[in-house]
Amino acid sequence: MNRGGSSPSAAANYLLCTNCRKVLRKDKRIRVSQPLSRGPSAFIPEKEVVQANTVDERTNFLVEEYSTSGRLDNITQVMSLHTQYLESFLRSQFYMLRMDGPLPLPYRHYIAIMAAARHQCSYLINMHVDEFLKTGGIAEWLNGLEYVPQRLKNLNEINKLLAHRPWLITKEHIQKLVKTGENNWSLPELVHAVVLLAHYHALASFVFGSGINPERDPEISNGFRLISVNNFCVCDLANDNNIENASLTGNNFGIVDSLSELEALMERMKRLQEEREDEEASQEEMTTRFEKEKKESLFVVSGDTFHSFPHSDFEDDMIVTSDVSRYIEDPGFGYEDFARRGEEHLPTFRAQDYTWENHGFSLVNRLYSDIGHLLDEKFRMVYNLTYNTMATHEDVDTTTLRRALFNYVHCMFGIRYDDYDYGEVNQLLERSLKVYIKTVTCYPERTTKRMYDSYWRQFKHSEKVHVNLLLMEARMQAELLYALRAITRHLT
Amino acid sequence: MEKMSRVTTALGGSALTGRTMNCHLDAPANAISVCRDAAQVVVAGRSIFKIYAIEEEQFVEKLNLRVGRKPSLNLSCADVVWHQMDENLLATAATNGVVVTWNLGRPSRNKQDQLFTEHKRTVNKVCFHPTEAHVLLSGSQDGFMKCFDLRRKDSVSTFSGQSESVRDVQFSIRDYFTFASTFENGNVQLWDIRRPDRCERMFTAHNGPVFCCDWHPEDRGWLATGGRDKMVKVWDMTTPRAKEMHCVQTIASVARVKWRPECRHHLATCSMMVDHNIYVWDVRRPFVPAAMFEEHRDVTTGIAWRHPHDPCFLLSGSKDSTLCQHLFRDASQPVERANPEGLCYGLFGDVAFAAKESLVAAESGRKPYAGDRRHPIFFKRKLDPAEPFSGLASSALSVFETESGGGSMSWFVDTAERYALAGRPLAELCDHNAKVARELGRNQVAQTWTMLRIIYCSPGLVPSASLNHSVGKGSSCGLPLMNSFNLKDMAPGLGSETRLDRSKGDTRSDTVLLDSSATLITNEDNEETEGSDVPADYLLGDVEGEEDELYPLDPEHVHPEEPEYVLPQEAFPLRHEILDTPSGPEHLQDKADSPHVSGSEADAASLAPVDSFSLLSISHALYDSRLPTDFFSVLVCDMLRFYAEQGDVQMAVSVLIVLGERVRKDIDEQTQEHWYTSYIDLLQRFCLWNVSNEVVKLSTSRAVSCLNQASTTLHVNCSNCKRPMSSRGWVCDRCHRCASMCAVCHHVVKGLFVWCQGCSHGGHLQHIMKWLEGSSHCPAGCGHLCEYS
Repeated sequence: MNRGGSSPSAAANYLLCTNCRKVLRKDKRIRVSQPLSRGPSAFIPEKEVVQANTVDERTNFLVEEYSTSGRLDNITQVMSLHTQYLESFLRSQFYMLRMDGPLPLPYRHYIAIMAAARHQCSYLINMHVDEFLKTGGIAEWLNGLEYVPQRLKNLNEINKLLAHRPWLITKEHIQKLVKTGENNWSLPELVHAVVLLAHYHALASFVFGSGINPERDPEISNGFRLISVNNFCVCDLANDNNIENASLTGNNFGIVDSLSELEALMERMKRLQEEREDEEASQEEMTTRFEKEKKESLFVVSGDTFHSFPHSDFEDDMIVTSDVSRYIEDPGFGYEDFARRGEEHLPTFRAQDYTWENHGFSLVNRLYSDIGHLLDEKFRMVYNLTYNTMATHEDVDTTTLRRALFNYVHCMFGIRYDDYDYGEVNQLLERSLKVYIKTVTCYPERTTKRMYDSYWRQFKHSEKVHVNLLLMEARMQAELLYALRAITRHLT
Repeated sequence: MEKMSRVTTALGGSALTGRTMNCHLDAPANAISVCRDAAQVVVAGRSIFKIYAIEEEQFVEKLNLRVGRKPSLNLSCADVVWHQMDENLLATAATNGVVVTWNLGRPSRNKQDQLFTEHKRTVNKVCFHPTEAHVLLSGSQDGFMKCFDLRRKDSVSTFSGQSESVRDVQFSIRDYFTFASTFENGNVQLWDIRRPDRCERMFTAHNGPVFCCDWHPEDRGWLATGGRDKMVKVWDMTTPRAKEMHCVQTIASVARVKWRPECRHHLATCSMMVDHNIYVWDVRRPFVPAAMFEEHRDVTTGIAWRHPHDPCFLLSGSKDSTLCQHLFRDASQPVERANPEGLCYGLFGDVAFAAKESLVAAESGRKPYAGDRRHPIFFKRKLDPAEPFSGLASSALSVFETESGGGSMSWFVDTAERYALAGRPLAELCDHNAKVARELGRNQVAQTWTMLRIIYCSPGLVPSASLNHSVGKGSSCGLPLMNSFNLKDMAPGLGSETRLDRSKGDTRSDTVLLDSSATLITNEDNEETEGSDVPADYLLGDVEGEEDELYPLDPEHVHPEEPEYVLPQEAFPLRHEILDTPSGPEHLQDKADSPHVSGSEADAASLAPVDSFSLLSISHALYDSRLPTDFFSVLVCDMLRFYAEQGDVQMAVSVLIVLGERVRKDIDEQTQEHWYTSYIDLLQRFCLWNVSNEVVKLSTSRAVSCLNQASTTLHVNCSNCKRPMSSRGWVCDRCHRCASMCAVCHHVVKGLFVWCQGCSHGGHLQHIMKWLEGSSHCPAGCGHLCEYS
């Protein structure tokens, strides 16, 4: 396998959105200039992040304590906008990568690579390729899945399902993995692996959702690093944040519009909080609302006109990122709307029947001690995190909004809360936001700056990062719930 | 009134009848509740809501409350409760946050009575007031508890749990106005129903959510709580601070807890995950459940005692879609299967074990451990004071103590410290080690060393001149004196040893002739008479340990932590010298020149040219017959294995190291490695770090010798900013200050740093030492009177 610098052309170095590629194909002579990537994120102006950073001693402390790479990487920088959360995030990540656990250290990093590869997240892959080698991993494995032990290869199926269609995981999958044999997994090992997979799938969502820039690392040495350093198409980055004027004009354009948007949103939130009891929806109505939301999520992405991909175009993407695909099998397997597979009639996951607090926690903690507490703290933290502000407004109770975001993500994975009125989602989450959520959680690699910018134009970047954190954790929880439920069923 | 009579008959006389039985439900159950007549049970779940009559032989479905073509979410029950005063009244908590009451007296098919949609999230629990007919309490995920009066359309009062989800609410059975609520964050609150503004009392009961609680039916103020942290705790709420009275550790998170009627200390629990059984615990015996019901194949979600005054019938519902009636007499008793044997080591090498009494009785006649030669221990038997556990597992506790006078493992420590393992010719090593062993009263070991020497040292190695010399001297020695000494020290009747000592004393006088005072102290009598000449601690050492006489270096042995810098060779006399200066004679010379030289040192030093004394003649005979040393190697290997088997891995390893190549090839790598690791482990347990490191160093096995290459990093924190110093150990990257400056020369200390614990100033060891010789104040000028010891 040809690793790393396989294709010298500029086109291969950057992922290009289909539109640009079409243009390129027509006119090969156009050279795409490398965009300047400054700051930790391509979406957030550098000063926003850095400002927050210099203030924060605590972040530095946390990084020293828990970072595995030993430096302030871009993810951490962006997350440090929410220091409280950052602590629980780093602690749990450090625990699963470095502390006592059933899996050997190189395995953990390789699993992280496999997970990130499902979303072609070269940022995470590069990071863990380094760590994999540092922790004594066998370099040969990095040539691709054919070179790894069968045991790790067996994890592929569950990785694939977990990343894209977790509802398909059954106890048979678990049984196949733990069935005694030469390459079997013990349950604690499997749980550790599942936690890692879910964590890195979700983290990939965050990386794309927040437009994390590649690390500027001088020592790109070992041939395993992927050359495609940035996953964002040039056309997205054209309206670079660093060019102040450009972004200003961009904002001005919609400012009046979005102000009223914000007011309207707040109005709706208030109304929902106050008038809960009045609007007495019938049970049938509630059920249909969930179904509707599920169905609607179907069309959400196709509504994104600029980036509507005909399926064939998408195949090209896969070919370009062949560097990544050596870590995965069946690259064509992707998210399929939960609602769409109506014929199969898999039952909706009833959240009350298998909750994280009651069931997931106990199982995960039993098989991989202490991770439960760390994850529990992380989930609680992200769910309860609030500064009681919304854009320019202060003293706002954002509970309903946070709950809507969290539950909407779960809804797309087919998890339904009996006690939630899915009508709220419709009222609180505007279409552009839904597009963004759906993209970030289901196909994060397609996220563009345009999507990021198009929703909630009045909101601060830190608030958008908060949204990303919510999406990430909701997704992780959803994956874990499905995987753990399968393990529970296997046990009973 | 007719029903009342039924209850009373159930209460008195023949009570309830029935058998262990189960019935299949159509769907998983979430909760069950029993009617007060103990003849009906209601089962509720996501898609089931039925009433079953409990008959003698079976459950009979009586009523399906789940009616309507398209059942709404209001029927998806998280909890159900049957009123204990009115058998027509039920309440359910729906997963969508609705509280529903049901009136079985309604003539229509739909028995639904009232609907309260006040909670925003799932309602986890509903609870009727035990005596009031119309009061219903609910606790919800949204963090609120609501009290409903069934005669009104909405709640009477709302209690706020500060946005922490409520997992359980229970009215106190004894106190009319009190109820307890448990929360997801581990808290338990006590409320007065009349005061919705704030709780009466709050305390943290568990780590993680408290899933359930139950008031004791008789004891006022006893509350049992169960949590995700796998504990059941019993609290006494009558005291001003809730007091934890009992704690039962289960194997999985506790989903339900229910006190057993008529049994003051019993309660039943079931788990939410992984474990499907129902346990009945005696809270005073928190380790083994009193009874266990194993009928369910999936987690048990609801348990209920059938009648409030009958302790024998337990009903349960489960996710495996079955409803069960368990009879106490059919319960399995884990105690029967429990292994009542236990074994434990004490801190000081004591062994205790508990075993079934029958076993112990049989065994005590045999005196099982009396024959152990390494641990001189005696057998002490006490009966476990605790009452027998239902007569089945009465066990006796036996404690073996190491003999107090025997000094337990001191022989091991001494041997480890004093053995010479390398750096000298084989013959010397063997002799030295033999001597050490003999001094410690381990004659067999000593003999072994002597024999090894004879086997492996060809006559050429030992200068025959010196042998002859020593023998000659031996004859001229003062016999009576040495005899008295030997009697004091060792077992009588060891002729060879007396002779050895004699000759030793002799050589001593021979080699240290230079110093007249040294010759004087070669004998015990002289030592004592010359007390004034000898350093005080030397005398002390003499008085302390009898076996130390021949080796008065021991004052330093006793306190190895306080190295003596003037005479460093005394701290670990043998090892250090051997390692640093392998040439014996030089070392001897040093000693002789030293004014402080004592008999002991001379003794240690004189080991070098020593000899084999009485055994000499035998050795000569052997050598004469010219047997190759290989001839013995099999024997030696057997010997080593023998020692290892005996548990004296020290001997095995020491011999292995001393003999080196001579035997190594005959013992397989793995065994050697095994011996090494166990010896090193032992040494480390006795904090003999230096010895263990030496052993590691001398070992030839790769796995062992890499042991002291691992984790050699020393992490240093900056004294100024308290951050770890990553790159160099003496300059902090962050605050750009040198961490440890010498107070005397004001340079950075890169090696040994000594500081005063009083004023925390310090510096180079040498500098500080020099400084404090001249001045008693701190060199930093802080005015502190530093002491250096």
